[in-house]
Amino acid sequence: MTFSARHLLGIEPLHPVEITTILDLADKYVDLNRQPNKHGDALRGLTQINMFFENSTRTQASFELAGKRLGADVMNMAMQASSIKKGETLIDTALTLNAMHPDLLVVRHPHSGAVDLLAQKVNCAVLNAGDGKHEHPTQALLDALTIRRAKGRLHRLNIAICGDISHSRVARSNLILLGKMENRVRLVGPPTLMPSGIGEFGVEVYEDMAEGLKDVDVVMMLRLQRERMDGGFIPSEREYYHRYGLDAEKLAHAKPDAIVMHPGPMNRGVEIDGDIADDINRSVIQEQVEMGVAVRMAAMDLLARNLRAPKDEGVYV
Amino acid sequence: MKQLIENARLIDPETGTDSLGWLLVKDGVIWDTGSGDAPEADMVLDAGGKCLAPGIVDLGVKICEPGERHKESFRSAGLAAAAGGVSTIVTRPDTLPAIDTPEALEFVTRRAQEVAPVNVYPMAALTKGREGREMTEFGFLLDAGAVAFTDGDAVTTSTKVLSRAMTYARSLGALVIAHPQEPGLSKGAAATSGKFASLKGLPAVTPMAERMGLDRDIALVEMTGVRYHADQITTARALPALERAKKNGFDVTAGVSIHHLTLNEFDVADYRTFFKVKPPLRSEDDRNAMVEAVASGLIDVISSMHTPQDEESKRLPFEEAASGAVGLETLLPAAMRLYHAGALDLPTLWKAMSLNPAQRLGLPGGRLSQGAPADLVLFDPEAPFVMDRTKLQSKSKNTPFDGARMQGRVLGTWVAGNRVYGES
Repeated sequence: MTFSARHLLGIEPLHPVEITTILDLADKYVDLNRQPNKHGDALRGLTQINMFFENSTRTQASFELAGKRLGADVMNMAMQASSIKKGETLIDTALTLNAMHPDLLVVRHPHSGAVDLLAQKVNCAVLNAGDGKHEHPTQALLDALTIRRAKGRLHRLNIAICGDISHSRVARSNLILLGKMENRVRLVGPPTLMPSGIGEFGVEVYEDMAEGLKDVDVVMMLRLQRERMDGGFIPSEREYYHRYGLDAEKLAHAKPDAIVMHPGPMNRGVEIDGDIADDINRSVIQEQVEMGVAVRMAAMDLLARNLRAPKDEGVYV
Repeated sequence: MKQLIENARLIDPETGTDSLGWLLVKDGVIWDTGSGDAPEADMVLDAGGKCLAPGIVDLGVKICEPGERHKESFRSAGLAAAAGGVSTIVTRPDTLPAIDTPEALEFVTRRAQEVAPVNVYPMAALTKGREGREMTEFGFLLDAGAVAFTDGDAVTTSTKVLSRAMTYARSLGALVIAHPQEPGLSKGAAATSGKFASLKGLPAVTPMAERMGLDRDIALVEMTGVRYHADQITTARALPALERAKKNGFDVTAGVSIHHLTLNEFDVADYRTFFKVKPPLRSEDDRNAMVEAVASGLIDVISSMHTPQDEESKRLPFEEAASGAVGLETLLPAAMRLYHAGALDLPTLWKAMSLNPAQRLGLPGGRLSQGAPADLVLFDPEAPFVMDRTKLQSKSKNTPFDGARMQGRVLGTWVAGNRVYGES
């Protein structure tokens, strides 16, 4: 057992061995998920609450399915419509839910660091399902699993992360994870969508797609996060598509067997050409969704094992 | 009655000296100082070789009266100041409502006189409601005792309004204190842009925004001839502009908060909201540049930027949490970090924490010379302790130094010869 964390708040605190542990277990759950009978019992008797303070369909469905397949009692709370509107603070909401004795709390919040704050106040395991522009660890883990299965390894790959880096928590978590696993990461995008201090990240930065995609093994596209922008980052969507949208011509600069990824939801014709997204020889976008359920099952399973570990046999090293 | 404090390390910012001697107090003023044989006195205190300096003059303290007395009152702030060796508080007008009329200013003066054991001098708002549209009644407010005009951390976005206010203030000889910042760039920012802010996903402002704000303000100073003070300069990039303005002979001074001299952006770590201040904490390079600027005299004033916030305003996600930190009681021990690091000697520190702010505002404190008010602090610069925020006198406990190992204990504070803190 090489996973000792109490929460999954980000990729940053994880050791490469812990990342590998999650991915190895997730591989097994991929197999389970492909059986007609998909039920495990790793979470039987446990209560999982999904608290989403921000709209989400895909991530919430994925977490819900992951919990149900492992036998947990899953409850979804649409926090946008609830007590927050009545003036309750995040911490009070957390304490209220905590009193109901959940075992796993899956949280998405529009503010960076909000999930960390909440985790300090509850005594169950907390999974970060995305906090502001900070981290989205399960997305990075499912991307890693997808890459590992497609490329046969998760190290010494050239990986380009393209597009709206500055507003993307997916980019941050991926950047950290892929760096920890010793890959060469490139960031490609217009300078207005690059985070500040990018020169100190230890990655290569390109403003031109053709140069940035040259000989890469993996092309990771990001969604243009229009809802997080307060105006004026790019002149127009059509110019963005022309210069940074992934089409066959730009993809031709990557290795012939390079895979194309996208965390979804996609804006076809904005950051990615529809034909590329649907090309079953290049695009692994559907696999990413499949891996998402498996990775979340693995992460919750491992956290639940730590919950159940007797205190005196604690997992602390 | 003559009181004598003997065997003390006298820290005199005026002469820049730090030497063993005695100090005699009579009728609330410093009667005499010297070394060698001490004169006769009615009361003698042996300082045991500890430091005796002019009481700290803290420019820019927020007391949350009127409006938010649950965060800080004149009484609690006064007790906190006394415990921190601060003998003079210069209050900010950013209360609810703002101190923008002579009547409101009189309320401040009256409350301070009733309950605060230290000197309190109020600043008044530069514009009505601190909204940046219409200047306040500078003349009446000066008559009522305002020592300077400022909108606190609200930047006057309209350059036209600011230029008129400055022109009018110049005709009265009033001091205008501004918060140099380009408001378009700093809107919504919770951190300084760079790798740390990016990895934490926090909305950030480029350090260049401070220089832009300062450049504009200095151009207006050149245009209007007003006496100007920048409340906080916190970035290296802004220093050349400040230096040029001083060289050109403009009446410009600048301050910095103790937090920007002793902490940097990494102290925020995992979204610790007690480290959220305005402007946000800067890089270590900037911090070092600020310490050097204080040493060289380019930055004139160190203040605590005391900003009380209750638990509820801080127990929020970092972006939503309120800015500011209390500092009256931690200013001195935090400044001792700079002393023990060998960055600043004690006379230089007291120049910035006492003499310069007093002179800039035309107040009598900040000196150890004959005839100066006996506003004094006796402290042990070595005494170690672990900061416990629950023991603070302030009603609000939002200090970034909670749990920190510090050195420097206040043993006594005097205001006009009366001991307001410490065992007699």
